[in-house]
Amino acid sequence: MSEFAVELQDVIKQFPTPEGGQVFAVNHVSMQIKNGEFFSMLGSSGCGKTTSLRMIAGFEWPTEGEVVIAGTPQGHTPPFKRPVNTVFQSYALFQHMTVFQNVAFGLEMDHVAKSEVNDRVGKSLDMVQLSGMGKRFPKQLSGGQQQRVALARAIVKTPKVLLLDEPLGALDLKLRKEMQLELKALQQRLGITFVYVTHDQEEALTMSDRIAVMSFGKVLQMGTPVEIYERPNCKFVADFIGTSNFLHGTVKSVENGKASVYIQELDAEVMGLVSGDISVGETAAVSIRPEKIRLSEQSAFNQNCFEGVVSSTTYIGSDTHVYVNVKGNRIKVWEQNKISSLDPKAYYSVGQKVWLTLFPENTLIMADK
Amino acid sequence: MLKRLRENKAFQGTILAIPTLIFMVGLLIIPLILTAIISFGTRSPDGNVIYGFSLHNYARIFGISSECQNGKSICFDPLYMQILGRSLSLAFNTTVLVILMAYPLSYFIARSHPRRRNTFLFMVLVPLWTNFVIRVYAWMMLLRTQGVINGVIGWVAGLLGLHFVPLEMIYTPGAVLVGMIYEFLPFMILPIFTSLEKIETPLYEAAADLGANPFRTFLRVTLPLSMPGVVAGTILVFIPVMGTFIVSDLLGGKQVILVGNLIQRQFLDARDPTFGSAASLILMVMTLIVTYFYTRKFGFGEEIISA
Repeated sequence: MSEFAVELQDVIKQFPTPEGGQVFAVNHVSMQIKNGEFFSMLGSSGCGKTTSLRMIAGFEWPTEGEVVIAGTPQGHTPPFKRPVNTVFQSYALFQHMTVFQNVAFGLEMDHVAKSEVNDRVGKSLDMVQLSGMGKRFPKQLSGGQQQRVALARAIVKTPKVLLLDEPLGALDLKLRKEMQLELKALQQRLGITFVYVTHDQEEALTMSDRIAVMSFGKVLQMGTPVEIYERPNCKFVADFIGTSNFLHGTVKSVENGKASVYIQELDAEVMGLVSGDISVGETAAVSIRPEKIRLSEQSAFNQNCFEGVVSSTTYIGSDTHVYVNVKGNRIKVWEQNKISSLDPKAYYSVGQKVWLTLFPENTLIMADK
Repeated sequence: MLKRLRENKAFQGTILAIPTLIFMVGLLIIPLILTAIISFGTRSPDGNVIYGFSLHNYARIFGISSECQNGKSICFDPLYMQILGRSLSLAFNTTVLVILMAYPLSYFIARSHPRRRNTFLFMVLVPLWTNFVIRVYAWMMLLRTQGVINGVIGWVAGLLGLHFVPLEMIYTPGAVLVGMIYEFLPFMILPIFTSLEKIETPLYEAAADLGANPFRTFLRVTLPLSMPGVVAGTILVFIPVMGTFIVSDLLGGKQVILVGNLIQRQFLDARDPTFGSAASLILMVMTLIVTYFYTRKFGFGEEIISA
């Protein structure tokens, strides 16, 4: 058996446009998804994540390249012959069947014996906490419950790979958070490979073992949540995942994984870690996350330290969001409110002069794209 | 009054229903009651109605006759029962054939590209712009012994040097069946199309994803979900076919007499409104019974009507 549950080998998918042209929905994408992995494809709409998922499911066939499931190239295998099951964004429950019949459908298609069907459907419904709901019709359930039926229907066949297409998209925030943890727990209990499509970066970070960040049909970066967040390989990823401050300049030196960038607006050089491909003389983006900037009232270092004026502050409970104007650049800083104080002087105020320290080990230098 | 109109939902409903209500009571309920009363009367020699309570007309329809040739006082004459049976079987055959023809077409239209879909629906509806009777006349032109179809076949046969005896197509049960199917096909296509169109693509994909091949997807998902359309279409086709007399009159002549023709002739030719009324009521009761058992099994196709 192959080490990989799913492989996309240099896959291209083109669709005809209404104007008669061709558009690349997926453009030379390669991925290797390991057995038992919770793998997410993350990107905004139109990035090719859903098309990639649909090619694994068999609803679409690649224009070029190959989809390999558990070591078997799929070619033009129709969906009903693939060892994968899908949880659809719209749930796609059969409204004319009860919950039990919905979940049993896949087993019946496999000619599983009736007693075994009862047993497995029961277990599957237990697993999504819907036992006792078998006789209801999908319309009689809440959105969250329908979502669970869709999940039970897909896991009852114990597929090699479970494909999930934004399954939590229609749920409200609180339920979504609960379901994220439940899905993760379920995946660990079943040991099934999950391929999860979402546009919600927080969701991807919470649940995934690995994430592929996609944009315009291409994979920009693939890695663990920590890698993706702490070492984004380009400006797009740094911007898409979480929040970042960006400064732009020319690379002056690259050495031992560190680089120095001259920023004209600040008339200063900024030191940072190399994250992604850059070379001397190119324009690069300097990225630093707002929670990693140190604010102080005095200058502490001479490197990577800039004077600025507080232009606005927002108290949000756990943090205070401080915007600092540094020579025309608006820098976001999130100060954790570690001290419980009612005194307004304990917080930064508008117009105050402050120093920003961008520690070189927290500052990333990456391609400006 | 105005305040009540603004605040009372039930009252608003009543107001909205009044025009139809007047129409239905005046032109359906009252005439129906009159028909029932007349059906129990007897015919006077000059063709008028003598009111009373006689079951004579009903006995006649069920074939119980007192004018027997073999000297018995009571005997069975199946003439009218045969007409009822013929109507019933024709309505049944028409409905079944119309379903078989409409379903694949509706499926094709529902799954076609949205831009082409409207064109196809338009083409289905175009014949309805022409008057019902004129369309039947068109079929007469086609099916007549000297008509278009025989003309074309005869011309081809002539070219091939063959001897051709024109086909006897008009004034046969087959001609009536063809006419009925043609007239009522759109009334089956539209509801089936509507119910098929409502089935979203992910449902087909979900079925395939769970291991159903296209045939099993059709049996387990497509067909059950489109049944409301089939039911609604059946009601829209079966009931009018039971009662119509124009198609059988023009395409069936004296060969194919249906209940509709019987009723029409009693009122116009035979001038026996009492027997005509009785036949009307029997037709109505028969249709109601069939519809009742049908809808009890399959529902009214509510989903499609409410859609």
